[in-house]
Amino acid sequence: MSGQVKKGYARPLDIKHGCVDMSHGGGGRAMVQLIADLFAEHLSNEYLAQGNDGACLPQGEGRMVVSTDSHVVSPLFFPGGDIGGLSVHGTVNDVAVMGATPLYLTAGFILEEGFPLADLARIVESMAKAAKDAGVKLVAGDTKVVEQGKGDGVFITTTGVGFLPDGIHLSGNLAQPGDVLLVSGSVGDHGMAIMSKRENLSFDAPILSDSTALNGLTAAMLASGATIRVMRDPTRGGLAATINEIAHQSGVGIHLEEAAIPVKPEVDAACELLGLDPLNIANEGKLIAICAAEDAETLLAAMRTHPQGQQAAIIGKVVEDPHGFVQMKTKFGGRRMVDWLSGEQLPRIC
Amino acid sequence: MKYVDEFRDGEVAQGLARAIAAEVWPDRRYNFMEFCGGHTHAISRYGVPDLLPPNVRMIHGPGCPVCVLPIGRIDLAIKLALENGVILCTYADTMRVPASDGLSLMRAKARGGDVRMVYAVTDALKIARDNPGKDVVFFAIGFETTTPPTAVAVRQADAEQLKNFSVLCCHVLTPSAIMNILESPEVRDLGTVPLDGFIGPAHVSTVIGSRPYEFFAEEYRKPVVIAGFEPLDVMQAIRMLVRQVNEGRAMVENEFTRAVTPEGNAKAQNLVSEVFELRRSFEWRGLGEVPYSALKIRERFAEYDAERRFSLEYRPVPDNKACACGAILRGVKKPTDCKIFGTVCTPENPMGSCMVSSEGACAAHYTYGRHKDVEETPP
Repeated sequence: MSGQVKKGYARPLDIKHGCVDMSHGGGGRAMVQLIADLFAEHLSNEYLAQGNDGACLPQGEGRMVVSTDSHVVSPLFFPGGDIGGLSVHGTVNDVAVMGATPLYLTAGFILEEGFPLADLARIVESMAKAAKDAGVKLVAGDTKVVEQGKGDGVFITTTGVGFLPDGIHLSGNLAQPGDVLLVSGSVGDHGMAIMSKRENLSFDAPILSDSTALNGLTAAMLASGATIRVMRDPTRGGLAATINEIAHQSGVGIHLEEAAIPVKPEVDAACELLGLDPLNIANEGKLIAICAAEDAETLLAAMRTHPQGQQAAIIGKVVEDPHGFVQMKTKFGGRRMVDWLSGEQLPRIC
Repeated sequence: MKYVDEFRDGEVAQGLARAIAAEVWPDRRYNFMEFCGGHTHAISRYGVPDLLPPNVRMIHGPGCPVCVLPIGRIDLAIKLALENGVILCTYADTMRVPASDGLSLMRAKARGGDVRMVYAVTDALKIARDNPGKDVVFFAIGFETTTPPTAVAVRQADAEQLKNFSVLCCHVLTPSAIMNILESPEVRDLGTVPLDGFIGPAHVSTVIGSRPYEFFAEEYRKPVVIAGFEPLDVMQAIRMLVRQVNEGRAMVENEFTRAVTPEGNAKAQNLVSEVFELRRSFEWRGLGEVPYSALKIRERFAEYDAERRFSLEYRPVPDNKACACGAILRGVKKPTDCKIFGTVCTPENPMGSCMVSSEGACAAHYTYGRHKDVEETPP
């Protein structure tokens, strides 16, 4: 019969030309279709496939570690990465630097009306790849749509769950005078990659974000047998903020050697141009570790044999200091403090 | 970084440090003022004082454009953003300078003002082009270095007939400020600020040249060495100042010959005088009203002058009573002499302007040098 709609027919989602509209967050068929054709298509696994209001998960060994992180980076696609991969890496790394093995992720999306489905598909694909590479499964998700002008394309919040084997205890308050501080590679790459693409700044610099999952590296470090006391990933506020946090938490001072801190020449040059300090710039694929002095070389060797730690370096030591000051011997030969960043250097970096 | 790292070489620095130590007379004190915030920042960031003998002391000068902006000027910018509904474009540090009623431009932004941080005045021009229905005001601050770009922008706006663009001009002049310090009672009569010489501005001097400082050297018998903003430039300039003092000379010498000539940049100077003229008087934070120390937009470009366009009236506002920024900018006090330094006044919650910009004496000391205070007074 002409004019009659075929039974069971649904117009496929137009990922190439379509846009997010309000119905995609409305709880009706359009939303179900977006989830099925776009999210589940890339992210599917046995837990997501349960299709219930929550995922029922087998427990890993040891204590459970949970971390959550919202991602509002602008631009959404930047040299070396995008918000999708970043939203996986950011949370995986927060779980990994606790010493835990990350296993599960949840993701909440806030989409802006009018956001191209093609871009959303790229972001979801990138999340799927990042999750696969990191060996984690995205087990639950949520999608909301806000009117045009009320969001900025897409915001993603991820929560990670991992398991921490008994016997491992890392914490920011465990640094002791005499300990040694290591960094896994060059600092400032992510922040300067984002900055190079900002509308009012854009400059041509071959700087790629270091956005990557670090759970492989942390596993190798823990397997080295070194007595690691603290691990942390220096994201917003950069190395300076993270080291100050640890000094404050542990009630110790930290002395850095500027000459030992790896900074890529192009990052250094871009910072110079903009009057920034690479130590304040965000990273998304680097970690710092504090370990007992006698284990420093063992740990350094373990880091350097891992692809994500080839540029690892010993950059300083923990000292007794009731004021908790972080100081640095400059390449110039003087000494100065390395303080927290004050104010907002660059909004929406991650 | 080629052409930069050479001026930060630690080995050369050690050599210079030894040379300075050998040349200073042990029984004499050397007090030098670095006029510019750029020098203040370099000295703190690279730890230059650690390389100087104990009898060489650096005094921070007023050459930080954000620091010398008085509250009344920030108030005008906030009024434009909140009451006149303009898009106010400003350099980043200016955003955090405290103004009246507990406001700053950053807080005005949070209250709905359209305040945008720009890296260059050309960004403000672009915003004006992109928003033809809105008034766009560029909050122009700075010494002679930032003045020529503002002049170019005004001319460009005029050429494009970009009628929604205007400038809130707060450009100030270096020689007037140096003169004010040399004429201050603390330096001239009371002797409470011993000044044996100046490190002269780097970037400012590329525009105005080295000649304008000759008057100070001759009239006030103070040596001036113009120096670049790299730490080795500063060290070399200190060595040159020490020599002048030891030999009883007071001359203008140029360490920054790679960029500064006696006459400066004539093209930039002509541009500036085409667009700007001297103000009869201008209030500086710390120095008060200083005659002929700032610029305003000439009559010919009056329509691009935000003060005229929005009939702004300047109202001076006294600084917070506890804040010592004024005395610090004149070299009378050190940051640690201020009662609220590091307690009530911090970079997160600045009470005075010197705690805002990284070039400000208080922010530089708080960020880079505060460990030295506790070394002097153990807990």
